[in-house]
Amino acid sequence: MAKYKSHILVCGGTGCRASLGEEIVQNLITALEENNLEQEIQVVRTGCFGFCEKGPVVKMVPDNTFYVQVTPEDANELVLEHVVKGRKVERLLYLDPETKERVSDSKHMGFYKKQIRIALRNCGFINPENIDEYIARDGYSALGKVLVEMTPEDAIKCIKDSGLRGRGGGGFPTGLKWEFTRKAQSSQKYVVCNADEGDPGAFMDRSILEGDPHTVLEAMAICGYCIGADAGLIYIRAEYPLAIQRLKIAIDQARQYGVLGQDIFGTGFNFDVEIRYGAGAFVCGEETALIHSMEGLRGEPTVKPPFPAERGYKDKPTNVNNVETFANIPPIILKGGEWFAAIGTPKSTGTKVFALAGKVNNVGLIEVPMGITLREVIFDIGGGIKGGKKFKAVQTGGPSGGCLTDKHLDIPIDYENLLACGSMMGSGGMIVMDEDDCMVSVAKFYLDFTVEESCGKCAPCRIGNKRLHEMLDKITLGKADEDELTKLRNLANVIKDTSLCGLGQTSPNPVLSTMDNFSDEYLAHVRDGKCPAGQCKALMHYVIDSHLCVGCTLCGRVCPVDAISGEKKTPHAIDSTICIKCGACLEKCKFGAISVQ
Amino acid sequence: MEIVKLTIDDKPVVVEKGTTLLEAAKTIGINIPTLCYMKLEDLNFENKPGGCRICVVEVEGRRNLAPACKTECSEGMVVHSHTVRVVNARRTVMELILSDHPAECLTCAKSGECELQTLAQNLGIREIHYKGEQSRYKGDKSPAIIREMDKCIMCRRCETACNDVQTVGVLSAINRGFEAVVAPAFEMDLDHSVCTYCGQCVAVCPTGALTERDYTWKVIEALVDPNKTVVVQTAPAVRAALGESFGMEPGTLVTGKMVAALRKLGFDYVFDTDFAADLTIMEEGAEILDRLSKHINGDKDVKLPILTSCCPGWVNFLEHHFPEMKDIPSTAKSPQQMFGAIAKSYLAKELDIKRENMVVVSVMPCLAKKYECTREEFSVGGDPDVNMSISTRELAQLIRNANIDFNKLTDEDFDNPLGSSTGASVIFGTTGGVIEAAVRTAYEQFTKLELKKVDFEELRGMEGIRQATIDFNGLPINIGIAHGLGNARKLLEDIKAGKSVFHAIEIMACPGGCIGGGGQPYHHGDVEILKKRQRAIYREDAGKPIRKSHENPYIIKLYEEFLGKPLSDKSHELLHTHYFDKKKRVEIS
Amino acid sequence: MAKVKTLDDLRKMKDELKSRISLRENSDNPESLVQVKVSMATCGIASGAKEIMNYFIEEFDSQNIDAVVTQTGCMGYCYAEPTIEVTLPGEKPLVFGNVTFSKASEIIEKYIKEGELVDGIIPDNYETIE
Repeated sequence: MAKYKSHILVCGGTGCRASLGEEIVQNLITALEENNLEQEIQVVRTGCFGFCEKGPVVKMVPDNTFYVQVTPEDANELVLEHVVKGRKVERLLYLDPETKERVSDSKHMGFYKKQIRIALRNCGFINPENIDEYIARDGYSALGKVLVEMTPEDAIKCIKDSGLRGRGGGGFPTGLKWEFTRKAQSSQKYVVCNADEGDPGAFMDRSILEGDPHTVLEAMAICGYCIGADAGLIYIRAEYPLAIQRLKIAIDQARQYGVLGQDIFGTGFNFDVEIRYGAGAFVCGEETALIHSMEGLRGEPTVKPPFPAERGYKDKPTNVNNVETFANIPPIILKGGEWFAAIGTPKSTGTKVFALAGKVNNVGLIEVPMGITLREVIFDIGGGIKGGKKFKAVQTGGPSGGCLTDKHLDIPIDYENLLACGSMMGSGGMIVMDEDDCMVSVAKFYLDFTVEESCGKCAPCRIGNKRLHEMLDKITLGKADEDELTKLRNLANVIKDTSLCGLGQTSPNPVLSTMDNFSDEYLAHVRDGKCPAGQCKALMHYVIDSHLCVGCTLCGRVCPVDAISGEKKTPHAIDSTICIKCGACLEKCKFGAISVQ
Repeated sequence: MEIVKLTIDDKPVVVEKGTTLLEAAKTIGINIPTLCYMKLEDLNFENKPGGCRICVVEVEGRRNLAPACKTECSEGMVVHSHTVRVVNARRTVMELILSDHPAECLTCAKSGECELQTLAQNLGIREIHYKGEQSRYKGDKSPAIIREMDKCIMCRRCETACNDVQTVGVLSAINRGFEAVVAPAFEMDLDHSVCTYCGQCVAVCPTGALTERDYTWKVIEALVDPNKTVVVQTAPAVRAALGESFGMEPGTLVTGKMVAALRKLGFDYVFDTDFAADLTIMEEGAEILDRLSKHINGDKDVKLPILTSCCPGWVNFLEHHFPEMKDIPSTAKSPQQMFGAIAKSYLAKELDIKRENMVVVSVMPCLAKKYECTREEFSVGGDPDVNMSISTRELAQLIRNANIDFNKLTDEDFDNPLGSSTGASVIFGTTGGVIEAAVRTAYEQFTKLELKKVDFEELRGMEGIRQATIDFNGLPINIGIAHGLGNARKLLEDIKAGKSVFHAIEIMACPGGCIGGGGQPYHHGDVEILKKRQRAIYREDAGKPIRKSHENPYIIKLYEEFLGKPLSDKSHELLHTHYFDKKKRVEIS
Repeated sequence: MAKVKTLDDLRKMKDELKSRISLRENSDNPESLVQVKVSMATCGIASGAKEIMNYFIEEFDSQNIDAVVTQTGCMGYCYAEPTIEVTLPGEKPLVFGNVTFSKASEIIEKYIKEGELVDGIIPDNYETIE
């Protein structure tokens, strides 16, 4: 086998591939061939590096040079300059927005400094389509250890000791869940991996499956051994074609190597995994709905109890864990529960992957220890707010979570603290907002999503969320009065209190948290008819200052609806009943006479 | 038996483990309101999706409110069913449901019987604080059932009836969120689906979303037409339920009052479907005997068990779901259609009126009968044997509409010749009745012995599938009975697999048989009502002077004067039919 | 393709496969490893820098020395090519000039393995080459 002097790691995650990542790979290979370097330099398609803001990412090893926003046209230069001449291509290095200096090693970037990668340990590091690379990184050692050296009880104890909690949103202790399913009496049990990631903006599960599919398979087999199941099912949304493709390859390879199938490691333990496709319904992330969908039924939740641990898939005891949860299992088994428990906070151990998005400089996927503060995440890792604007709020937990403000910036992030602030961990979506964001509109945006995604089974979620959305719409249109706010709050509380499943029980959180933290903004809409962020079009008025207007008639001529009238050389006026608020006049006026109020 | 102790509204309750909060509360006189919940004991019907959230209660230590219908009692639970939090939540949810429901109560077919309306009154809702867009769905008018899904509240009872009880599988929830509704796949019309028109979805619908196709106006049109002789026939189960629509105790027999009311409505002749039921026994009984004797004589081609064919819902089910078995049922038409055929031939001749000038109206506990009379094979030159079928509920409507004080009517008798019947025909109205009637006749005709005891208790009851062996003077005859199409399916699968041990099987589509038909006054989940109707049917039978179909003097006369003998050519022409393969084969390209 | 039948199989396999990604493993924390940077400008290449680099890579591999060998641009010592910079964990980097195969061998045996200084160091007042 050729001994490569250097590896070029190219991100093969969905995001970077969409930005022509595959063309970069091809061009790199061609350039290497032209320089007779294909035997010395290996090009590797890896999983996601996380720094999606700056994708596509190309990393040179061993000198750890991290190139960002690479285009296929850059490939030749990278080979000629970096590989052949050993000179870094400065213009493709990350530019630190603070120091304005180019940084070549990712370790010195703010984005990576505070990260600890456990679940994402192999993402951006190995070729996810090659089981050998996974095995070289201790892959399947945890499964081997569990099968050969541990009883199921020992393994469950190890998971319990680690304090690992469900990363899908609920935060239920994983070890305890396994123990419940283990105790359920049945000749047939199932392990289900919930890969139905549905929060807008969240893509940690996809990244793990794309970047390190074997870790999920290994963890599922470990779980199967612990609970007494020989069958695993991965429920994944069909909109994740790359993840599905890599999973399929991984399953095939694992079967060929005998780490899935019959008599694994010669211990008599059998376990195999099948893929089930979801049609992309958010509610199917709820475990009972997910199970019904897998059974071929309508994907809607049923009242718990019975829990899946007692009666799940095909009425058999079923353990459902999310992708990120599973990804933590092999390292915990290998390094011990105490190792994991030492990371994070006492009640929320380990790390959490967040999808950082919105108005921050560094958008991407990050894995940080629990207990880190929002400030560190947003300002150190995220690099602060875009365009030097003021931080206003951060929405955590997706449509089930709430909006937190600057007063929450120094609270350590863990399950309990987020809940206490009126938000939740959720699957790890984190959307940052700045002064230009109208919080009523933000709440409306999330409600828009829940209204779409409610299954319609229970009345409060089916109709209540629709009404919440309508009321928020009224507020943004300036058609609501103060009474509406009282009704809004009551309805939000009732939906939380009465809905059947987690979707409805949390869907009012964006409304309630913004009402709590930005009550002034709501009041401004209903009392003063003003949108402080200037986002609600219906509440904006274009006016002409008669002292500044010289009557040049320019504004009148660009107005597409003839809302502006006035004689030449006399001040003009805008008829607000006709004005469609397109802003064309404001742009044209040379005298600063037109403003928005 | 494990016992659980808990407190509901400060009262201690002791219940068996597995009891729900709703049931536990009921034992101490607390009626927690429900909407989607419905349970029909013994009939395999249980609908508690926990979807309406009306029955929510506060359970101490629980973060959110719990649905009482779905939450099981556990030791030491402290439950509050009427706190401010609960009442506010319940009212708010109710307002939400009402905000998405057309306020058309004044003209709604379900008004007065609507459970949503009743609940709104009970909760004292006087204002809807949360108004907004209302969901709109495509309407659907089949010959039997009308779907106005704007009125659907997603209780899912119809789905439970169609899938769990009937295993027909036409109705299920489609779409998501605010657009979610119960409908056939791809929102196709019932007409294009494999719907059997059993009407059990209508029977359990709490609102006016599912109702029968109303033919009362067509009946009135016929009655006022001076050129038409309007003849009415009433099915056995109608008399055991019609009284409920006029405030009478369930199980009150109103045969005489019903006849009187029909005359007052202006029907020219008031006849009884029971007469045709006796006729059915003559034909079906003869067919049973024919197949039996062939079987005894070693004929390998004879199809056994023989299946009854009186129930149009069941016939539809067979044609849609088991067309490969279409030569197994008796070829005898249903009593409704036998009546129509005889009325428009024999009676028309007797009365000397032209076929097309006779209008035959049937009053049925059934919605599938509406479809049955539209079947092409049951018409002559485009003129149907039975012009229209109305339900028990529609008859009540006609009576109220005609200003008749039903409760004060004096009993009257059916007209003859098609109004005379035996006890055997009355019991057609309940599960087990058709086969018992058949046994009474077949026994005597087969053994040539007189039946000393006509009551076959072993064939009666409410169990979904029943079986009994009747001793035909040394020859054991195995009888199977199924009511509810889900139960029927089990027996049919057995036949298909060659495992059936029966000689004859009675199948009725509706749970309980016709007494529980889709056209009967609404039971609102009270299964006792069905049982009372059943008892009434057997009372009527016991009180009849003649209790075997072949002893009905008018039947004997009909054969002497017109038909000859059972299974004669004339009988075949008028009283027998055949079945079609209607399997819907979905082409997936 | 080998079937993993026992845990030992897996461990053996892992040991064999480790080298495939050791380059990446090592590059993530070079501070704890021996780092060798080879000056690979035209002058270096002309003087045989490429061969010297390969020599280091192969020697480290065969002697199981955890090290990172990278190339870098011209260090400015064109008179003394091939030049390399060697950084031992916790030590300041040292630059060696005129590195031949025998010099390279000496650097590995004496300086890298034993910490003894060898001839050929180009003294300067720089911090590092970056």
